[in-house]
Amino acid sequence: MKPAPSAFAAIFGRPTPAKRVETGVFWLLRLCTYFVLLCAAFIFWDIGSKGGAVVFQSSAPFINVPFLTESPETLNVFVRDGREQTMGDRAFRQFKAEHAAEMKGVAVETYVYSAGGIFPNIAGTVLLVLGSILIALVLGVLSAIYLSEYATEGPFIRFLRLSIVNLAGVPSIVFGLFGFGMFVIALDFGVSLLAGWLTMAFMVLPIIITASEEALKAVPQGYREGSLALGATKFQTILTNVLPYALPGILTSSVLAIARVAGETAPIMFTAAFVMRDELPWQVQKWTDFIFQGVMALPYHIYVVASKIPQNEYTRDVQYGTAFVFLFTVAAIAMTAVILRQRLRKKYQW
Amino acid sequence: MTESVAPSAAPRPLAVAPVAAASPAARAAIEIDDVDFHYGASKALHDITLNIPERQVTAFIGPSGCGKSTLLRCLNRMNDLIDGARVSAGRIRIDGVNIFDPRVDVIELRKRVGMVFQKSNPFPKSIYENITYGLRIQGQKTKARLDEVVEHSLRGAALWDEVKDRLHESALGLSGGQQQRVCIARAIAVEPEIILMDEPCSALDPIATAKVEELIHGLKKQFTIVIVTHNMQQAARCSDRTAFFYLGKLIEYADTRTIFMNPANPQTEAYVSGRFG
Repeated sequence: MKPAPSAFAAIFGRPTPAKRVETGVFWLLRLCTYFVLLCAAFIFWDIGSKGGAVVFQSSAPFINVPFLTESPETLNVFVRDGREQTMGDRAFRQFKAEHAAEMKGVAVETYVYSAGGIFPNIAGTVLLVLGSILIALVLGVLSAIYLSEYATEGPFIRFLRLSIVNLAGVPSIVFGLFGFGMFVIALDFGVSLLAGWLTMAFMVLPIIITASEEALKAVPQGYREGSLALGATKFQTILTNVLPYALPGILTSSVLAIARVAGETAPIMFTAAFVMRDELPWQVQKWTDFIFQGVMALPYHIYVVASKIPQNEYTRDVQYGTAFVFLFTVAAIAMTAVILRQRLRKKYQW
Repeated sequence: MTESVAPSAAPRPLAVAPVAAASPAARAAIEIDDVDFHYGASKALHDITLNIPERQVTAFIGPSGCGKSTLLRCLNRMNDLIDGARVSAGRIRIDGVNIFDPRVDVIELRKRVGMVFQKSNPFPKSIYENITYGLRIQGQKTKARLDEVVEHSLRGAALWDEVKDRLHESALGLSGGQQQRVCIARAIAVEPEIILMDEPCSALDPIATAKVEELIHGLKKQFTIVIVTHNMQQAARCSDRTAFFYLGKLIEYADTRTIFMNPANPQTEAYVSGRFG
């Protein structure tokens, strides 16, 4: 005779359909997450291993210094004494002058941008990022202060907010064309840092405004009231008792904005980027020349070496090396903002 | 000198502040005349009229939503911050000046009418910076003067001995009661004439509450104090005059003793004896 099944025994019972679905969902979610992680890991591994091989070397000084400090050059490849020789353009010219007789009739293959380094591109990208973030932060934070602290909610402000959010959905190539039409042509800035700064600042404004407004709204109302009740004006209150506490949140927005600004090619290809330029950005006569000069930039360089020149085994190194340095540069700039945020958080804990 | 009270009128024993301090001849510091107040379309205060005497403690009591905090926040125009909130009739005069006159400088008004909030809100800065905040925004930079004010205000808030060695540590590291007293010290530091307190003890434990109440007692020598409280014993213990509000109306306003021992209005009696509210 079987004992009557008690209610307690059901705990050890066979899986019900509901439990099977539960297990299935758990694994589906888990695998999706792992798949994303896997894709990201593959990208980093690919760029890290192949790009790392270009940037680092096994002998002292362990870093490929010329790649980080020189300008891009044309690579010359020729056969001498039965061995293949590769030389950058400057070195090749000198070599040719010294061995003029010997070089007569030797077939030389040239590969554009495959020698030298990418220093002007690094400098250009850093300048583009810093300038546009600065402009976007000033404009964005001031707008966010207006929206969060001063504006009275109404149809117009709602419309304004909607427009800002919509701006975030505009494709970057459209921003590029806007910048080209507005700054490069209509305002006659030419292809210049200034045009690139403004174009990219407009591109990231929605991120900065939205996140800054959230950060300001998160500051407890009590701090504002406490300050006002002591006879502070609204502006004094915001400056001394609201904005400082919102800064960490605002910096978070700027980290996102930095990643976006540094990575975009489309907005700068019409407004700020040169394929090749001999002078470095600071080799200018006066400051107006500085902001009205075009610069070389890492994302645009990748675009050029990956799609605008004939592909071969020599360009591959440049592509991977540039991508590696690019990732590293963006990470370094973003990390600076993160560290700054950490410091501010510590200072204004609430 | 204690009057015998019918048990039905006051079933709960209440300690009541001595009457002696409340002299009826005291000058009115705040005169509230026929004030109506609206939040958008809904009327929160109906025709409130009362005079708040100088250098005494006046308590506003009443159930939640009765308008006592709204009235308090009218006195330093803190309600200006709320969209659609407005005084729709009547006037409030402080030292004879109607504070809703468009010519009145709200900043100047708030320097003279300080406020302590329900939720203690020390700024996430050092104790020193908290106390000197009001003076610094007025442009006071002299270190000696600031130091003097910090000591004076903290002594005034009975906090000096507890925090004098940690003035430059964050005010958020203090206990709840100490934080609230920092807020009181911060209000004293700008030398107002009137201090408004919006349920200053509602988040404090009984010991911290007793300290703040004791402090209120001492402060009235120098300041006119208006306190909103949910706690009737608190009103009875530390106020000289009490106003009872119900549904946006002033039901009764008299000496605290009278309100608690011998209220004229049956609603007041029902409330103070704990039968509703």
